[in-house]
Amino acid sequence: MLELAEVDGGYGAVQVLRGLGLSAKAGQITCVMGRNGAGKTTMLLAIMGQVRVTAGRIVLDGQPIHHLPAHEVPGRGIGYVPQGRRLFGPLTVAENIEVGLMTRRKGAATREHVLNLFPRLRERLGQTASTLSGGEQQMLAIARALCLEPAVLLLDEPTEGLQPSMITLIRETILSLKAAGVAVVLVEQRVDAVLSVADHVAFVSGGRVAETLPISALTSESPQFERYVGV
Amino acid sequence: MTRDLALHLAVILALAGLSMVLPPYHHTNTARILLLAVYAMGYNIAFGYTGLLSLGHALFFGAGMYATGLLTHHGGWSALAALPMGLLAGGALALAIGLLALRTAGVSFMIVTLMFAQAGYLTVMYFTSYTRGEEGFNLARASRVIGPLDLSQDSTRYAVALAIFGAALLGQLVLVRSRLGRVMVAMRENEDRSRMLGYDPFRVKLAALVLSGVYAGTAGAAYGVMFGYVGASFVATQFSILPLLWVLLGGAGTTLGPVLGVALMFYLIDIASSYTTAHLAVIGGALLVLVLFAPRGVLGAVRERWVRWLP
Repeated sequence: MLELAEVDGGYGAVQVLRGLGLSAKAGQITCVMGRNGAGKTTMLLAIMGQVRVTAGRIVLDGQPIHHLPAHEVPGRGIGYVPQGRRLFGPLTVAENIEVGLMTRRKGAATREHVLNLFPRLRERLGQTASTLSGGEQQMLAIARALCLEPAVLLLDEPTEGLQPSMITLIRETILSLKAAGVAVVLVEQRVDAVLSVADHVAFVSGGRVAETLPISALTSESPQFERYVGV
Repeated sequence: MTRDLALHLAVILALAGLSMVLPPYHHTNTARILLLAVYAMGYNIAFGYTGLLSLGHALFFGAGMYATGLLTHHGGWSALAALPMGLLAGGALALAIGLLALRTAGVSFMIVTLMFAQAGYLTVMYFTSYTRGEEGFNLARASRVIGPLDLSQDSTRYAVALAIFGAALLGQLVLVRSRLGRVMVAMRENEDRSRMLGYDPFRVKLAALVLSGVYAGTAGAAYGVMFGYVGASFVATQFSILPLLWVLLGGAGTTLGPVLGVALMFYLIDIASSYTTAHLAVIGGALLVLVLFAPRGVLGAVRERWVRWLP
């Protein structure tokens, strides 16, 4: 289980996170919603050690991780799929996957598992990442993060700019990860997407989680969407 | 055999065949080009594959050259014993400087490496009783003999330079195809993203810099012994900028780009200087054309447009 408690953090003198609290449990999908600039991506970067945490705690399975250098966080079992994919463009699909596998010394079985999740990548193993379509790039970004066999997977707007068939595929993948016991933290702005996968929804505003609700307490007409997301 | 390996072996074999038909002037030039290409390959490992824009690589080349040269000239070491010391000197100095300089990045890294190289140049100038400063020193012919190989002989020199070049080229190919090579490219493309996959940028970049230093040190040591001269011009700032230009010209991040870049620039200078004293203006013009029409260098453009599998 991943838990953030009273987390402050930001960029230099600019404080973005102000006492943010969030928890993500194994086998559950926690969606994070909020307006632009609310602190959603900063929260994910703080979990990954890329943004300095100045107060509070980030704990994974009872172990504090907020003091770790960024490159040690993935080794603890947290995968991150950033907004905009950020693949290694000149490397092939196979090489991108290999780079993902090496960190935690995962082997052929993990490679097969992620390629089974995304068969289209198997057809494109020799193709450089920069030449893939947007949807394929997103598949590769998720596949690369899954090479770590993470206990917690952070996804930052993974369906942004994708065609409906690709959105469906990625939603099914996220649900299969949930079924496999992965704790998923999904930053998402689309209400229908959130309602179709989430177990809980955390609404972020002003650098803190203003409200957390179980999905059973929300409908597409719930006022929280208007209040915190503006839709 | 993969097509990568076949291509590289073909290049080495072609260069071996070339030695049989080249006139003496070009024979010597090509031996120089091959050793300078080893230096450029080292620079390519740091810059082309890892994204470390250093302006201090002459220090690693000079470390190899001076370590080997001083040991043979003053210490009476044989060239065979002194050459590995040059390789080690290049690698050790790269390790020491990397531990400090890699705490910076971007422009700061360029400036720190430039300052270290300048300090190296001034060290050479300060210890003139050993180095003979700007003038440098020649290595006695007797100290340039390894068993039956007299390195002052054109054909022997070419063969040994080709052997070193071949080993360096194949080593570079192995590195590029290795796990470390892929992580180096990942680091060049997106350091933050690599970090979020669990890679420590400092360690990866340090490993790349040390390998780069070993290549530069090897090239410096071999160049000094084969051409019998050790001088401060090889530690000067200009000699740090040259490998950057060679690699940019041939194609940064391509295995064969460095040797092509060295050969093109070597002969561009050679030919232009026979027509005009303003040959540097010709070089400047060539680089402008390159930046405008092939910003990834000659082989970078070839890879981008026609031969995608080119390593």
